[in-house]
Amino acid sequence: MQTPAPVDYARATSVDHALQLLDQHGEDARVIAGGHSLIPMMRLRIASPTTLIDLNDLDELKGIRVEGNEIVIGAMARHAEVLDSPILAEHYPVFREAEKLIADPVVRNRGTVGGSMCQADPSEDLSAVGSALRGTVVIRSKSGSRTVPIREFHFGPYMTQVADGEILTEVRFPIRPGAGSAYEKVERRVGDWPVASAGVFVVVKDGVVSDCGIGLTAVGAEHFSAPEAEEFLIGKAPTEDNLAEAAKIAADSCNPISDQRGPADYKKHLAQELTLRALRRASAASQGA
Amino acid sequence: MTAVEEAPVSAAGNPIGFGSMKRKEDQRFVRGQGNYVDDVNLPGMLHGAILRSPHAHAKILSIDTSRAEAHPGVVAVITGKILEGIPRPELLGDNFAWMPTLSYDTQAVLATDKVRFQGQEVAFVIATDRYTAKDALELIDVDYEPLPAVMDAKKAMDSGAPVIRDDKGQTDNSITDVMGNKFWESGNAIGTQEAIEKAKADPNCVVVTQDIMYPRVHPAPMETCGSVAYLDPVSGQLTLWTTSQAPHAHRTVYAMVAGLPEHKIRIISPDVGGGFGNKVGVYPGYVLSVVGSIVTGKPVKWMEDRSENLMSTSFARDYHMAGTIAATKDGQILAVDVDVLADHGAFNGVAQPTKFPAGFFHIFTGSYDYPHAHCKVTPVYTNKAPGGVAYACSFRITEAAYFIERLVDCLAAELGMDPAELRLKNLIKPEQFPYETPTGWVYDSGQYEKTMRLAMEMVGYDELRKEQAEKRARGEYMGIGISFFTEGVGAGPRKDMDILGLGMADGIELRVHPTGKAQLRLSVQTQGQGHETTYAQIVAHELGIPPEDIEVIHGDTDNTPFGLGTYGSRSTPVSGAAAAVVSRKVRDKARLIAAAALECSPDDLEWSLGKWSVKGDPDRAKTIQEIALLSHGSLELPEGVEGHLDATAVYNPPNLTYPYGCYICVVDVDPGTGQVKIRRFVAVDDCGTRINPMIVEGQVHGGLADGVGMALMELIAFDEDGNCLGGSFMDYLLPTAMECPDWELGETVTPSPHHPIGAKGVGESATVGSPAAVVNAVIDAISPFGVRHADMPLTPANVWRAIQGNPVRVDMAVE
Ligand SMILES: Cc1cc2nc3c(=O)[nH]c(=O)nc-3n(C[C@H](O)[C@H](O)[C@H](O)COP(=O)(O)OP(=O)(O)OC[C@H]3O[C@@H](n4cnc5c(N)ncnc54)[C@H](O)[C@@H]3O)c2cc1C
Repeated sequence: MQTPAPVDYARATSVDHALQLLDQHGEDARVIAGGHSLIPMMRLRIASPTTLIDLNDLDELKGIRVEGNEIVIGAMARHAEVLDSPILAEHYPVFREAEKLIADPVVRNRGTVGGSMCQADPSEDLSAVGSALRGTVVIRSKSGSRTVPIREFHFGPYMTQVADGEILTEVRFPIRPGAGSAYEKVERRVGDWPVASAGVFVVVKDGVVSDCGIGLTAVGAEHFSAPEAEEFLIGKAPTEDNLAEAAKIAADSCNPISDQRGPADYKKHLAQELTLRALRRASAASQGA
Repeated sequence: MTAVEEAPVSAAGNPIGFGSMKRKEDQRFVRGQGNYVDDVNLPGMLHGAILRSPHAHAKILSIDTSRAEAHPGVVAVITGKILEGIPRPELLGDNFAWMPTLSYDTQAVLATDKVRFQGQEVAFVIATDRYTAKDALELIDVDYEPLPAVMDAKKAMDSGAPVIRDDKGQTDNSITDVMGNKFWESGNAIGTQEAIEKAKADPNCVVVTQDIMYPRVHPAPMETCGSVAYLDPVSGQLTLWTTSQAPHAHRTVYAMVAGLPEHKIRIISPDVGGGFGNKVGVYPGYVLSVVGSIVTGKPVKWMEDRSENLMSTSFARDYHMAGTIAATKDGQILAVDVDVLADHGAFNGVAQPTKFPAGFFHIFTGSYDYPHAHCKVTPVYTNKAPGGVAYACSFRITEAAYFIERLVDCLAAELGMDPAELRLKNLIKPEQFPYETPTGWVYDSGQYEKTMRLAMEMVGYDELRKEQAEKRARGEYMGIGISFFTEGVGAGPRKDMDILGLGMADGIELRVHPTGKAQLRLSVQTQGQGHETTYAQIVAHELGIPPEDIEVIHGDTDNTPFGLGTYGSRSTPVSGAAAAVVSRKVRDKARLIAAAALECSPDDLEWSLGKWSVKGDPDRAKTIQEIALLSHGSLELPEGVEGHLDATAVYNPPNLTYPYGCYICVVDVDPGTGQVKIRRFVAVDDCGTRINPMIVEGQVHGGLADGVGMALMELIAFDEDGNCLGGSFMDYLLPTAMECPDWELGETVTPSPHHPIGAKGVGESATVGSPAAVVNAVIDAISPFGVRHADMPLTPANVWRAIQGNPVRVDMAVE
């Protein structure tokens, strides 16, 4: 089946209005952002919401800006804006590298950061980036806003902290001066979801890694992260041996499943290989190479 | 005949004859003004939707349609039970629940007893709009009793395997063809076996064996299949707008299936959005739209969605090939043997000529000269969708070409010989044509070595090998893959080839109007190949009428003569020949009329493009346009010459034509990830005379992209439970422009000696030839890891696993 079931539609004019509409239409209502995950699920009738609440008019959720020492990405920022953002290019090239490999221009022109986070697909690329950078998400309900670390945001595949009657409004990332970052992905074909991806940032100060973050997607990494590998690396020199050991630790913590994108052993291998490649480039970048 | 001479240019700037010109049909396509089946909307039209089986193999215990029938907007719900109650004339079953396939098997229109593959048709809802019809599908309650399924073709004939076709009283999953055979052989079994045994015992010889799988893929045309049926309750006339590559063959099949009188059936195949063989067969959905119109008295439209197309319509390939090749140590091929297990799915629905149930797989001997060859193809039923004609395969030649080109590379690896050198040593020589292969096929013409050397020169073969050696020393992995293929297309001579008893000759009709403009009526049906341009150019070449003055009419059985349709690259070899022949008939008649007008003997006239003139007195001449008017005018015509300037012809090809080519692919492989990047692709094709070189190149480009897709990503696999793992474009990957390098095309021109204009057909050449070039290149790249073979598709995972020495089994779910 590739035809959605009957569904009602409402267009929100503000975040408050959207929250009110959510309340009014009950638990079977869903917000729709770019629609590039929700509409395919509706066509396959995996999802059959009774009402769609459209967020596309909400200017307050759009844009990418710097606030103090944080970068703020609005929930309705499109993949294409993330790809082109000079702010992100300056602080975290990992975004641009990841976005270049997410889907295709048609999807990137519509798909949003908020939608990507809330879809919580176990292969979502931005989840790996967000987890690597240890960002936070801001969730709003009628009773106010709360902030949740990305590494606590996902409960599991397709499950997040966003409860009924709530909307994700923005994603925030701390700026880390001197950070290098990189993204590595293997896909079967341009525009396909990842077989495996790794996104990292590394700050090298005085010859040692002072801070780093490792995010992994599609390989069964808990919270899309590899904290033991980060712990191992922090305080050590970014030598090939140390980076390789960190990559190995990262891969060891993954539990990929076999599917048509590849067998589990291959994905585990990729977790290691891609983490290593990303770490190499990020630490070189941090050292100004 | 030599290469095309420059044709004069018409007032509109088109070649009056052969040469590149923009496609006439693109005027409407680029404006979005094409007219496809889904664009057909008739007053009062109803919409159908099909409920499909979620199981690969299950007993149907009951079907309750009452909730669906009560749904507002639903007009009727049809089940297999209802179809069983509608009688039709005896032809492989006596009611509408079953229909004959193109291979004399039966296929369920709607399942009655069991479902036999996931996606099989179970019920048909007719409603006032298509959304209502789809919604009502969810209201049908079917009680299934799941049965163990046969998903692994290699286990289909195990004792104790679940029997799929118990409806036919079978006790195993073997397939018996209409001639009573359970397997299909060609060549010389004993001679080949002896040659292989001898080679095994000879220290100067080698024998190489290799299992090679060509997995199940899908043609995935942009436009899915569909139809609009209207059976006029008063006149009894059935008009069926349908996605068909073969409207005339379909008309006859509907006459047989529905028992309707053939003169009351009109099949209209409007613009077709790609076929690739997918639109050769008759699908249950088409039949159901007809039944729906009979039941409701209204026009009924049925249009499948993408998943339905991928999961239930004609797949391609699914051949497990076990090959053996024997050769001398200096690389002289002695014999090739191949044992094939052919997975035909739940119903034997392949569309092959009756006498060739394995299609033309028998030309697996390839482009090489050696004395002994033998093949045995054993078909089996499995719980998968039926089909097996499709995807630009020239009747299984894709499998054959891939097989031999892969096997020859395995031999080269064993011998430590350069694969180019090995091929050059064994290619059939120009003076050997017409060449009879060990399996009895007669290749018409070829200059194989010339074509191969051109490809090697274009790609810079020797320098690439040097670069490869340097890179390997640095731990970088590039590969160079060669494929030299020969196809047999243009089915076919009627004494040898028929489908359901219909001979494969093509009718054609040419009408030249009084003002010298012409209409050409074709039996073949374009799906994007550019027939409206190519055929106009053939007539232009023969008669000197500018192509813009020739309208090509096709796709409507009431307005075109009978013929078997467009597939297997048969249009140019068969209908293209017919177009030349019918034009020559007109030219001959024009000569008689010109002679009468010029008051001379026809023997005194000579033809130059577009006019008959008196020999030695070129000013005394009549152009074809003048003759057209004279033929309709008051000129006294000679005894026995009728008025008008029309002609008809039926062309029965004396043999197949044998296009061929040499493709060379260069890839870079990242052994850490298994990713393959195609760096270059050189394709030198020899399809004989090129009518419109631009169209030829377009066909080659498309076919090369197909080949890249099959080599690297396209696949329909199944899990043990029978779930189709390629049922949407998220799972069934098609290549994009990003995977395609800049194609570098070359040509040699060796006309077919038996075709009136020497053209061989090119629609499928690139699809046939390219997969082996890509795979050979990848294997060449990773050969330092000890890899000699890995099955398509060479996804990053498969390449990496091959490097680890642990290749995946591609036709089943990845483990
Ligand atoms: C062909 C194709 C290829 C793709 N390839 C990739 C890829 O390679 N890598 C990758 O990472 N992704 C890929 N995607 C997914 C793409 O990034 C999606 O756009 C994204 O996952 C969802 O964003 P969206 O704005 O379209 O969300 P929608 O589809 O609109 O929504 C998705 C879900 O999030 C919810 N939601 C959306 N916004 C909010 C909000 N502000 N607050 C609360 N809930 C919200 C919706 O209710 C819904 O449940 C691909 C998609 C397609 C169609």
